[in-house]
Amino acid sequence: MAAVAVVLAGGLAACAGGGGTPTLTWYINPDDGGQARLAAACTRESGGRYRIRTSVLPNDATQQREQLVRRLAAKDAGLDIMSLDPVFVAEAANAGFLRPFPAREAARLTRGVFAPAVRNSTWEGRLYAAPFWANTQLLWYRKSAAEKAGVDPEAPGFTWDALIDAAVRSGTTVGVQGNKYEGYMAWVNALVASAGGQIIGDTEKGEDASIGIGSPAGERAAAVISRLARSKAASPTLSTDIEEQARSLLNGPHGGFMVNWGYIWRAENGDARDGVIDQGIPADLGWAPYPAVDAGRPARPPFGGIELGIGAYGRYRSTLAVDAVGCVTSTANMKKYMIDSGNPAARAEVYDDPEVVAEFPMARLIRDSIGAAAPRPITPYYPDVSGAVQSRWHPPASVRPETTPGRSSTFIRRVLCGQVLL
Amino acid sequence: MTAVQPAPVAGLRQGRAERSDRSRAERRLGLLLSAPAVAIMLLVTAYPLVNAVYLSMFSYRITAPDDRRFVGFGNYTTVLGDALFWQDVFTTFVVTVVTVAVELVIGFGLAMVMHRAVFARRTVRTAILLPYGIVTVISAFAWKYAFDLQSGFVDSWLGLGDRAWFSGRWSSLSVVVLSEIWKTTPFVSLLLLAGLAQVPGDLGEAATVDGATAWQRLWRVTIPNMKAAIMVAALFRTLDAWRIFDNVYVMTSGQQRTETLSFLAYRQTITRTAIGLGDAVGVLLFLSVVLIAAVFIKGFRVDLSQVRGDR
Repeated sequence: MAAVAVVLAGGLAACAGGGGTPTLTWYINPDDGGQARLAAACTRESGGRYRIRTSVLPNDATQQREQLVRRLAAKDAGLDIMSLDPVFVAEAANAGFLRPFPAREAARLTRGVFAPAVRNSTWEGRLYAAPFWANTQLLWYRKSAAEKAGVDPEAPGFTWDALIDAAVRSGTTVGVQGNKYEGYMAWVNALVASAGGQIIGDTEKGEDASIGIGSPAGERAAAVISRLARSKAASPTLSTDIEEQARSLLNGPHGGFMVNWGYIWRAENGDARDGVIDQGIPADLGWAPYPAVDAGRPARPPFGGIELGIGAYGRYRSTLAVDAVGCVTSTANMKKYMIDSGNPAARAEVYDDPEVVAEFPMARLIRDSIGAAAPRPITPYYPDVSGAVQSRWHPPASVRPETTPGRSSTFIRRVLCGQVLL
Repeated sequence: MTAVQPAPVAGLRQGRAERSDRSRAERRLGLLLSAPAVAIMLLVTAYPLVNAVYLSMFSYRITAPDDRRFVGFGNYTTVLGDALFWQDVFTTFVVTVVTVAVELVIGFGLAMVMHRAVFARRTVRTAILLPYGIVTVISAFAWKYAFDLQSGFVDSWLGLGDRAWFSGRWSSLSVVVLSEIWKTTPFVSLLLLAGLAQVPGDLGEAATVDGATAWQRLWRVTIPNMKAAIMVAALFRTLDAWRIFDNVYVMTSGQQRTETLSFLAYRQTITRTAIGLGDAVGVLLFLSVVLIAAVFIKGFRVDLSQVRGDR
């Protein structure tokens, strides 16, 4: 019995981390290994004070949240740092799952960071997550298709209507994210915001928040979705398309235009190099600002990225974890991650770096688009709001400008009050 | 039909009628032997069940544990009054009825093949049982990619052009149903094979001598004699099909109104973290399972008495 106890104790000690160096566990969203390399770099930089171990979360944002919420609700002390989708920060912060950053730390972590990233990481006036990288969508297009249609997508005030017309005229498609998932919500939100509205406001009032999706802006957004979904420019699998399907649509025989995140440039060049797609596609690939809903009103592209939160129950939450987050989100490491993984940095100054500009010819456009981006509703009930919108606005071809926005507004209210299934 | 052997379950019934001291002692021993298993079952199934019933009485989210409040049967009225719940009941019902019916027919055919196979018997049986050995999630992914527009081959094989299988309710459901049938028919055929093996061969021979055709022998001799096996197969498969989750999760995530009851419970509890509402759905799902089992077992007794010639 004693022998067993000794063996067990030895095993447990081994789990606690080799020879006394404290180990921090960082739950990361899947990437191509960039976060793991940053973890190794920061471990080295700490000079033996801590070691960062990464643990990979599921693929899509909703499932990542599911796992984190379950761990945090069970007060998991082994969750030191987590890569959080910006839309879920408010929920975790409100539930007390995240350790807030005191003003002094917050000032350091948000210096020079894009405003939408800071807004998404803040709840009730306190910073709960450190912006790590920021994301937005551009209009990507085949120059040949734009030429054939006789349009210049880079022209100021290029609208969704002009885009759909151009695609129909040239016999090409407009790729979007129409699957019933977060990406579709990002599209709906960008359209409503671009039309000058917001899906939900006064979110701190919880169940009494003001719901704006039924406004004229909501109707304009619905008109764009409905028009695209019923046009010849729609993908045949629009209602199940995610980012990668939109990309393969662009590379296919009817490829013309698509709205998609910044990773496209890297992915297209990589695939062309590997012979997965036609070698000539990257040279034919153009980019332009996100399309506007109304010519007179600038577009508000979707906002995304990753923020780093510190678990409220970890042993090193106020010491080593803070240092590690500071290291990972330093300007130098943001730049390194951007060049390494293709994910855009959260600080504007990185985009002026010659190395970054050489690697990403559209760096300045990405920077300006992130600055103009509209965050999705910042509310602890975000998963409910998003689920309710998806429930009533999906499939895209079922959207009716006269009825969908109004009905979804009533439905969101009932979901927030817990009166209906979702 | 007096030559028919009473089925084992029927034997129990007879024993109960004329219980002796010895059989009472055996019964006590039996209870004693099964007691540890029952205790463990209670621990791992009764506790979560009672807890789920308890939690279903609350408005409770794990992201806002302080806002927990008692609502009695409020969650149940919400669920039962919601069109989404009934839509999911209907979807689950369609999937269950179609898969069980098709599986019984194909499964019976395969059981006959396995029963009658003269050569390569083991190879035939292994080949038929193979799909059942594959993890459901993996088979779901295989079927999904086969029918997917971008990676699939089904459209080009059948000359369907750009048919988007997962963009419509019934086309998505038919892929779900197909994969379910492919995956679990072997299980049905295995149970039916056991039933076939119990049908005494001389009955068929006697019928042949009396001039019965093959069709008559199938319907009048073989099937009535393996009714118990058919009912067991139907019961197991109905209960499994009613709780279908993996295929839907992998292929459609419940989109295009393909959501089933299990998936609804999962989404309320895990995705929405609305524990109370989700547990209410879960409890209703459990009650429906109990109902199905009760209906089948009642159906059983009637059939068994017919087999025994009590009429």
